[in-house]
Amino acid sequence: MSTFLWGVLPYLCIASLVGGTIWRYRYDKFGWTTRSSQLYESRLLRIGSPLFHFGILLVFVGHVGGLVIPEAWTEAVGVSEGLYHFNALLFGGLAGVCTLVGILILVYRRRRTGPVFMATTKNDKLMYVFLVAAIVLGLWTTLVSVGAGSEAHNYRETVSPWFRSVFLLQPDVAAMEEAPIQFHVHAIVGMLLFALWPFTRLVHAFTAPLHYLFRPYIVYRSRDARGTGSRASRPGWSGVGTSDRERR
Amino acid sequence: MRVMAQMGMVMNLDKCIGCHTCSVTCKQAWTNRAGTEYVWFNNVETRPGQGYPRRYEDQETWRGGWTLTSRGNLKLKAGGRVQKLLGIFASPVQPKLADYYEPWTYDYQTLVEAPLGDDFPVARPKSLITGENTKVTWSANWDDNLGGTSQLGHLDPLVEKVRRQSEDKIRFELEQTFMFYLPRICEHCLNPSCMASCPSGAIYKREEDGIVLVDQDRCRGWRQCITGCPYKKIYFNHKSGKAEKCTFCYPRIEVGLPTVCSETCVGRLRYLGLFLYDADRVTAAAATPDEGDLYEAQLDLMLDPNDPEVVAAARRDGIPDDWMDAARRSPVYALAKKYRVALPLHPEYRTMPMVWYVPPLSPVVDLLASQGHDAESRDVLFGAIEALRIPVEYLAELFTAGRADIVTGVLRKLAAMRAYMRDVSLGRDGDPSIPAAVGLDEETLYEMYRLMAIAKYDDRYVIPTAHVERAHELEELGCSLDYDEGPGMYESGPFGEASGRPAPVAVETFNALKQRQTTDSATSSEELRGRVNLLNWDGNGTPPGLFPGNERGNERGTDRGTEREVAP
Repeated sequence: MSTFLWGVLPYLCIASLVGGTIWRYRYDKFGWTTRSSQLYESRLLRIGSPLFHFGILLVFVGHVGGLVIPEAWTEAVGVSEGLYHFNALLFGGLAGVCTLVGILILVYRRRRTGPVFMATTKNDKLMYVFLVAAIVLGLWTTLVSVGAGSEAHNYRETVSPWFRSVFLLQPDVAAMEEAPIQFHVHAIVGMLLFALWPFTRLVHAFTAPLHYLFRPYIVYRSRDARGTGSRASRPGWSGVGTSDRERR
Repeated sequence: MRVMAQMGMVMNLDKCIGCHTCSVTCKQAWTNRAGTEYVWFNNVETRPGQGYPRRYEDQETWRGGWTLTSRGNLKLKAGGRVQKLLGIFASPVQPKLADYYEPWTYDYQTLVEAPLGDDFPVARPKSLITGENTKVTWSANWDDNLGGTSQLGHLDPLVEKVRRQSEDKIRFELEQTFMFYLPRICEHCLNPSCMASCPSGAIYKREEDGIVLVDQDRCRGWRQCITGCPYKKIYFNHKSGKAEKCTFCYPRIEVGLPTVCSETCVGRLRYLGLFLYDADRVTAAAATPDEGDLYEAQLDLMLDPNDPEVVAAARRDGIPDDWMDAARRSPVYALAKKYRVALPLHPEYRTMPMVWYVPPLSPVVDLLASQGHDAESRDVLFGAIEALRIPVEYLAELFTAGRADIVTGVLRKLAAMRAYMRDVSLGRDGDPSIPAAVGLDEETLYEMYRLMAIAKYDDRYVIPTAHVERAHELEELGCSLDYDEGPGMYESGPFGEASGRPAPVAVETFNALKQRQTTDSATSSEELRGRVNLLNWDGNGTPPGLFPGNERGNERGTDRGTEREVAP
């Protein structure tokens, strides 16, 4: 069982994430959008959305720091385990709470605002379950660590080596097995979320428009440059007879 | 100098009767779809009035267009690149649906299905957003023909401005007011702020003809363009989650046809043609320090296609000879630069808009006529243009960033044309002092009259076709057999609305026609996936999908079509 969870599942999820993203990018560029609902409601969105997004960006940075950078490196620059842990709990906890509050506002808004709820697909609902679960479980690991004080489990000796080993194609199943249950559950839900990622609206994160900072303001494009891409007419327009508004 | 070609439009506002035919035909052609109910690529506003969306011209609120930094550089009014990216998660300045209107339909079903009773059944308005009963309180042209303006007219941002700057008030009492129509489409600007705002770089300007388009595959729905466009002519398709805008009917333009709005214009007030402009100087022109000089700066960008230097540069920059020829015959160039009667809409937004307007003389003429004056006499007209400050100042806010002298000059030309041509039409000799008074000679004035008043179809639309050697690159003309998945992907994909790739229309029609020709039964709609394409329905029988299913879920199909029950 452990071998499957920590030695096989990660690769299945990576396959789904990478393969799914490539497939989606090739065949569904038109569906690749944030599907913003700001037109319907903006008061709650103005609070919830930045809270969630900035929170999750910090959480992402924290995960990179904790999982990718080996403990030996941080100690080499003089950051002790205690100091590291304190910072991780403080900033990770804050970012996590922001993220959670943000997404709760967003989910509440999605449920209670008629037009926004109508624009919510089953796919969205499934995605929200995994996303909220991953965030809640992540906060749980943080809370347990805070509760345990200095006795807290040092995931940088179990989860992180396993995480890195997965990418070295030598999954260190034994290291991950030692981690407490809350890390196990969080990791599984996280992996499933990434497996699901390319097939949900979350894909918009992969096209975060950072190149906007560097591109020229005015974009000229020749008809030639389009590479005659639209042999199959692009689905910018839905067909005649599309019903006005479908309830889901 | 880098010469580029730009398709441009001029609208002669004196001829607009406010019939909204352009809006309706445009909507039928382009935005007759779910998600774009509130989207009007073309709309006709009554001025004075709030416009669509409401008060879109108030850039202190909406922050569209460009502004100048203290060092005189151009900057997006909504903020720099970093600021825009930081605000991406909840766009700070974004019109809500309430600023447009909540699209609705009527519950027509009640009319036919209501049980017998004492009262007539009514079709209640239903919101297309929530599906609930709704109250219709606003629409795209709610203040049409000054409807409600006596109460709401002060909300027009230009009225506010003119009132601040002038002792005289714009009055909305029937006898004292003025009115004209302003049809608006996307301006296809030379320096578009929507494009500059787009984080994804999905909005682009076509090198060949300058048409500004949104690449639907690259748009990610960040909505910054909607803030960026000061004319609020980019709309958010709330179903597909992508931005959409006026396309200048590029599939028609490519084959030399006028846009739908121009073709169907009852007043024949639209002109289409080419501008040649110097792309290297656009940014500098847009950064002209004084707003009042922006009109002249924009006019200076337009190059004379007869100038040998321009001709040589154009050849070097790859503009085909037939396009040069079209540029020489271009009606829009003639109206904007040769006669100088067409003005850009809101040059102060610094976007260098390429849809120009001949300001209306009608507010002046109407007023004179209603007071019993001779509205075609030169002296009366000239005097009135000077005396009627209010309409002129209002027009100046609209077209010249407040420069009333430019508007007066244009109106005097229009008045001169009127007065001069009356003599000619009545068989009298033309009075050469009339054109001289506005700096034209008789011949030029007559040419201007031919273009503006006679306005033959071939003179109004001079549209060079896209090049044949490039025909394989046009949108639908490509060889349909290259389509690799074959037809059969029309349904919404699993990732939300409208994802997945549909069959090209050409492929679908081809298959449907082929099937019809090779079967001996009535057209089967199997291939049409629950829809009936009326274009190739032969009227034979009732294919499934022609009528919607009833409550029990079964479809009124071929067999049941003739035995539909009649309600008692």
